[in-house]
Amino acid sequence: MKVLAAMSGGVDSAVAAARMVEAGHEVTGVHLALSRNPQSFRTGARGCCSREDAHDARRAADVLGIPFYVWDLSERFAADVVDDFVAEYAAGRTPNPCLRCNEKIKFSAVLERGLALGFDRVATGHYARLLPGPDGVELHRAVDGDKDQSYVLGVLGPEQLARSAFPLGDTPKPQVRAEAAARGLLVADKPDSHDICFIADGDTAGFLSSRLGSQPGAVVDTDGTVLGSHEGTHGFTVGQRRGLRLGVPAPDGRPRFVLDISPAERTVTVGPREALEVRELEGIRPGWTGQAPVAEWHGTVQLRAHGEALPARAELRDGRLLVRLERPASGVAPGQAVVLYDGTRVVGSATIDSTRHGTTGARDAQPVAAR
Amino acid sequence: MSARVYLDHAAGTVVSPAARTALVEGLALTGNPSSLHASGRAARRLLEESRESLAASLGAHPGEVVLTSGGTEGDNLAVRGGWRARRAEGRDAVAVSTVEHLAVAATAAALAEDGGRVVGLGVDADGRVREDVWDRVDERVAVASVMWVNNETGTLQPLDRLVEACRRSGAWSHSDAVQAVGVLDVDFAASGLDLLTVSGHKLGAPVGVGALLVRREVRLHPVGSGGGQERDIRSGTVPAALAAALAAACAEAVAGRAEHRRRASELTGRLLAGLAASGLEGWRRNGGGEVSPAVVNLGFEGVRADDLLMLLDAAGIDCSTGSACSAGVVQPSAVLLAAGADEATARSALRFSFGPTTTAEDVDALLRVLPGAVRTARRVA
Ligand SMILES: Cc1ncc(COP(=O)(O)O)c(C=O)c1O
Repeated sequence: MKVLAAMSGGVDSAVAAARMVEAGHEVTGVHLALSRNPQSFRTGARGCCSREDAHDARRAADVLGIPFYVWDLSERFAADVVDDFVAEYAAGRTPNPCLRCNEKIKFSAVLERGLALGFDRVATGHYARLLPGPDGVELHRAVDGDKDQSYVLGVLGPEQLARSAFPLGDTPKPQVRAEAAARGLLVADKPDSHDICFIADGDTAGFLSSRLGSQPGAVVDTDGTVLGSHEGTHGFTVGQRRGLRLGVPAPDGRPRFVLDISPAERTVTVGPREALEVRELEGIRPGWTGQAPVAEWHGTVQLRAHGEALPARAELRDGRLLVRLERPASGVAPGQAVVLYDGTRVVGSATIDSTRHGTTGARDAQPVAAR
Repeated sequence: MSARVYLDHAAGTVVSPAARTALVEGLALTGNPSSLHASGRAARRLLEESRESLAASLGAHPGEVVLTSGGTEGDNLAVRGGWRARRAEGRDAVAVSTVEHLAVAATAAALAEDGGRVVGLGVDADGRVREDVWDRVDERVAVASVMWVNNETGTLQPLDRLVEACRRSGAWSHSDAVQAVGVLDVDFAASGLDLLTVSGHKLGAPVGVGALLVRREVRLHPVGSGGGQERDIRSGTVPAALAAALAAACAEAVAGRAEHRRRASELTGRLLAGLAASGLEGWRRNGGGEVSPAVVNLGFEGVRADDLLMLLDAAGIDCSTGSACSAGVVQPSAVLLAAGADEATARSALRFSFGPTTTAEDVDALLRVLPGAVRTARRVA
């Protein structure tokens, strides 16, 4: 097979490429240049997009003896990931840019370009497994549960999965590092990247303020009583507790959390932890890794990266995905993905649009964060 | 790696056997050419013989040869050193064509930090400096720099017009002849130029050596400070062995240039005829009618040059876009943009360049894969 290995400059993608070479494939390495100004992205070990990372990727390709190129996807990335990220926050939602990058860049723009140029597959260092199933290839959680990245791949459809390869899904991370060292890859002990690659200093609020400006508004409790002020709703995420800077303590002295964000009114609603509990949610833009479920589905759902798997039921109604959780979940932020699992298998995903505080069956319960 | 078809001689050509021998022999000498003892004198002798040989090959006087580390340094010395030398006369500008290599263009642009001005000499659709811009080389211009042969398209520039404009205005004339030596008849004295840049690795010497020819009356200011080993213009111990290799390569390239030109013209003809016969549509040769026979810049409609380059690379062909890379990302050709191309066109060009070792078989190998590669690259949305 002709394989295009996306090489970020990190250890995972380097070992993924190495494994594809070892499996006898004709592998070409590509590093994706995502920033128009490489300096403005995080440098060195902490991110995915800097000049240094391109260098590290190139050196890994040298060690593997494969051709290597840098593809400039900075315009697509700016439009489809960064602008989308800002727009989502502006709308009071909490996006996952890695997921968007997989959906729009790695397994879309890059995959399409690769296929057009004669490649059969795109390989990445994601921790997830592709396993053969009765109806085609299935996406499964990685063996290493701590590293599992199937959540950020949950947006991929069957055609994309059939053209992908995730060679690391069956291996625990420490073993991947050891393998990198054994293969002479210099990135073996490079730290993992955790943060958002296009926010150089890790200051998401500062980044959003620089893009969205200051839009002061009120912090209110569930009765509408004004408790404080803020510089823009984009500084908040549903479920957030820190940084609310409320002068007045809650009457019961217990911590308060962000319950709802309303950019239109410029209000941030806060309240006690119980009020965060969500029983039901609605997802938009549902997508499936294979066949869409026909009847009511039950399995587990994951509501954020590294979140736990929660037993749930779901059904499609008018193109929206209605999800009922068996036990309430806390801090479910609109804009994040709900990813559906059948055991370890990813079934599909949707973008969380609204959440309800109700109990199972009580579909008319009071909306907490519906819009 | 299997045998490669190397068609990127404009980026760096094969080191000639004569240069290799001269280098190895030169490396056997111990000592610094500036030292006063016998060993130093031996190194100095090799250096000066090399300088004399180089001068003879290029129609210059030995005293006019300033050895450098390569083309970039020569261009820096000429543009920045020339501007520094003359700004006290009220010449605060440098005039440069809009298609110069970055070694000139970025040097000129950087002068702004020190209060310098850049006067751009615009080009026509072929990338040749336009007839109507020479007036811009006026009494405020310290140095005017126009390359001999464009490195991306091979376009020849009207240097007689440059020399004339400089004579009239009193500016110093400089030409980056990096892509010309060994292909065209480069004779410094006959050219009437004040300054001329040569780079070793484009003509058969190793990377890391070059020369700036500086007419004797021209007093450049140094750019870097130090011992002033080269006419007080350039500091640093001069590598006699590299100078010897440069001299040997240059002598060979100059002796062989008529033959190289003839062969390169044949290869160019073969490539263009072969492409025409292949039935491939939507391609053109960039650079106009007056071009170096050693450079063939082809534009392919609906193609991104980096995709095509990758496909050709996989098929065993080494070629280049010829334009600058930024962190490995191919940029649209600044030369084609300056000549009025739109961005898509400026991203669609590949440069194939021939050296003395290029054969008809190399061109045939390219012709076997190029049309198919272009069609594949066109599938990319
Ligand atoms: C026209 C031109 N000028 C200058 C240079 C730079 O020369 P060097 O690589 O020796 O510094 C090059 C090399 O690419 C060139 O083609």
